[in-house]
Amino acid sequence: MVKFTDDKLAKAKEIIARYPMGKHKSALLPLLHLAQENFGGWLSVEAMDYVAEILNIEAIEVYEVATFYSMYNLKPVGKFIFEVCQTGPCMLNGSDNIIDYIKQKLNIGVGETTADGLFTLKTVECLGACGYAPIMQFGKNYREHLTKERVDQLIEECRNNAATNN
Amino acid sequence: MGIKLLLDKAHVEGIRFYDAYRREGGYRSVEKALKMSPNDIVEEVKKSGLRGRGGAGFPTGMKWSFLAKPEGVPRYLVCNADESEPGTFKDRYLMEFLPHLLIEGLIVSSFALGSNRTYIYIRGEYAWIVDILEHAIAEAKANGFLGTNILGSGFDCEIYVHRGAGAYICGEETALLESLEGKRGNPRIKPPFPAIKGLWDSPTVVNNVETLMAIVPIMNMGAEEYAKIGVGKSTGTKLISACGNINKAGVYEIDMTISVEEFIYSDEYCGGIPNGKKLKACIPGGSSVPILPANLLLKTAKGETRYMNYESLADGGFATGSMMGSGGFIVLDEDQCVVRHTYTLARFYRHESCGQCSPCREGTGWMEKILLSLEKGKGKMSDIDLLWDIQRKIEGNTICPLGDAAAWPVAAAIRHFRDEFEWHVLNPEESQTRNFGLAHYADPIHVPTV
Ligand SMILES: Cc1cc2nc3c(=O)[nH]c(=O)nc-3n(C[C@H](O)[C@H](O)[C@H](O)COP(=O)(O)O)c2cc1C
Ligand code: SF4
Repeated sequence: MVKFTDDKLAKAKEIIARYPMGKHKSALLPLLHLAQENFGGWLSVEAMDYVAEILNIEAIEVYEVATFYSMYNLKPVGKFIFEVCQTGPCMLNGSDNIIDYIKQKLNIGVGETTADGLFTLKTVECLGACGYAPIMQFGKNYREHLTKERVDQLIEECRNNAATNN
Repeated sequence: MGIKLLLDKAHVEGIRFYDAYRREGGYRSVEKALKMSPNDIVEEVKKSGLRGRGGAGFPTGMKWSFLAKPEGVPRYLVCNADESEPGTFKDRYLMEFLPHLLIEGLIVSSFALGSNRTYIYIRGEYAWIVDILEHAIAEAKANGFLGTNILGSGFDCEIYVHRGAGAYICGEETALLESLEGKRGNPRIKPPFPAIKGLWDSPTVVNNVETLMAIVPIMNMGAEEYAKIGVGKSTGTKLISACGNINKAGVYEIDMTISVEEFIYSDEYCGGIPNGKKLKACIPGGSSVPILPANLLLKTAKGETRYMNYESLADGGFATGSMMGSGGFIVLDEDQCVVRHTYTLARFYRHESCGQCSPCREGTGWMEKILLSLEKGKGKMSDIDLLWDIQRKIEGNTICPLGDAAAWPVAAAIRHFRDEFEWHVLNPEESQTRNFGLAHYADPIHVPTV
């Protein structure tokens, strides 16, 4: 069963209080982020229903929002997600090669997850870091000026991280 | 060295935090503003000639004076930090390194507009910047610049950061308000404008991050002094985020008197094109504005030097000019393919269309498909005309300007680089392995026939 821990529930209350009385629906996007972070990196129907319950709104109001925004994952994802930008400025700096390299190295296509459940590869549109291209979003941060070597390092880093945390 | 009003302290150690920021003269504008009347501040901003830095360049003071003030109804200021226009990354830089400058500008602006609850709508991907901003807000509050009865003035104000979740369309101000209300980011039909009916149906002003930061130097130096910087209706300084094929990609603050040539080639700014390559083309104001070939970028069709300001970049209209837009400056060297680049932008707009209007929803999809097939050497000559036709049918026929923004890059690419599109059709094999090259684009002056 999905349920926030007490401290996350307190966080949710704090978020709701940022909006005037009666405008609590505004907290929907932030609460979906909170849910995604806490329930395995994606939003199951159960998780969305739970958010609807907290905000006292209809479940459909949550579904229609969750499906609109590209940052919400509606199916399970790997432990580490590589979200590589492919828009114009990144393309000018070789993002296509980086995407191909990751595909080949991890043996997955775009939108797929490795069999060990560690990596998901996504392509995204402009991340707003065009001067540091090519780039990807990795967790809460960006990895910039990507090269094949940096991709290798990052994959290594993730594998080590997974090994020590298991 | 040009004049810097926003970035002048960016490299001071610890400027991200309150102590250093305050030591360097931070929050003086709040002390000054709270002793003035809100209307006088609006007048100052009008006098400064400041134009919105989010893309449209609308005069900020005028926008503020349109805000309705019905009795007993709250008013809101919302800072647009959604920054998602390809080529644009100045707001990220500003917020990451100078969070207090934004908070300071927001407090003064909130006071001028009468907003007691002010929101920063930030794109969801800038997750780490949310922490930076929230820290700055907490520091400002701890030092009495936020909260109730700020500096004993009787003015109350809270600032909250609201994180989006990945949607370029939420940069459009009415989509942003929908999103802030916890809905899908579908733009609203205007009128009513947000100044009358905005967030939760209350009068609302939406301004860009850079616009709201510029309020600080305007208050500190006075509108008259501010207006002396720059040229004509391009007053003050502008942040330009430069990227693509240049030696020194990054964020630069310019006073709007330098030439485009100086901006690209001088070591103070972009530092020229890597590996001694030639300049082919440039999109000077974010992906939505028309691309220009080198010859028309450096000089206007009349043969005059082109400058980095609103008027000069727009000189010649869409036939031979472009726009300042959001200041996202994308440079293409001689080895880049305009068809491929335009395809990535078309894909971007298809992906970001909210889908409410059929010309935008369907048209962006068709443009992407046709451009991909041309790029892959599978296109026909008639596809180029079809593409032209589709973009014409989108422009002006949609609820919000995203439709236009999707149409313009395609139109400009065909207008100026038609021979490159034709070459893709005529050389299907080669077009995938080799670039069309420079053709006449770098020649001093070649005015295309439209
Ligand atoms: C599709 C679209 C995306 C936009 N994205 C942004 C954005 O990311 N940031 C921004 O400040 N303005 C953006 N704008 C412009 C806003 O609608 C609005 O004009 C602006 O925030 C007003 O602020 P300003 O007057 O300070 O420039 C966008 C407009 C459109 C049509
Ligand atoms: S023009 Fe496009 S993005 Fe704008 S409202 Fe219409 S469909 Fe949505």
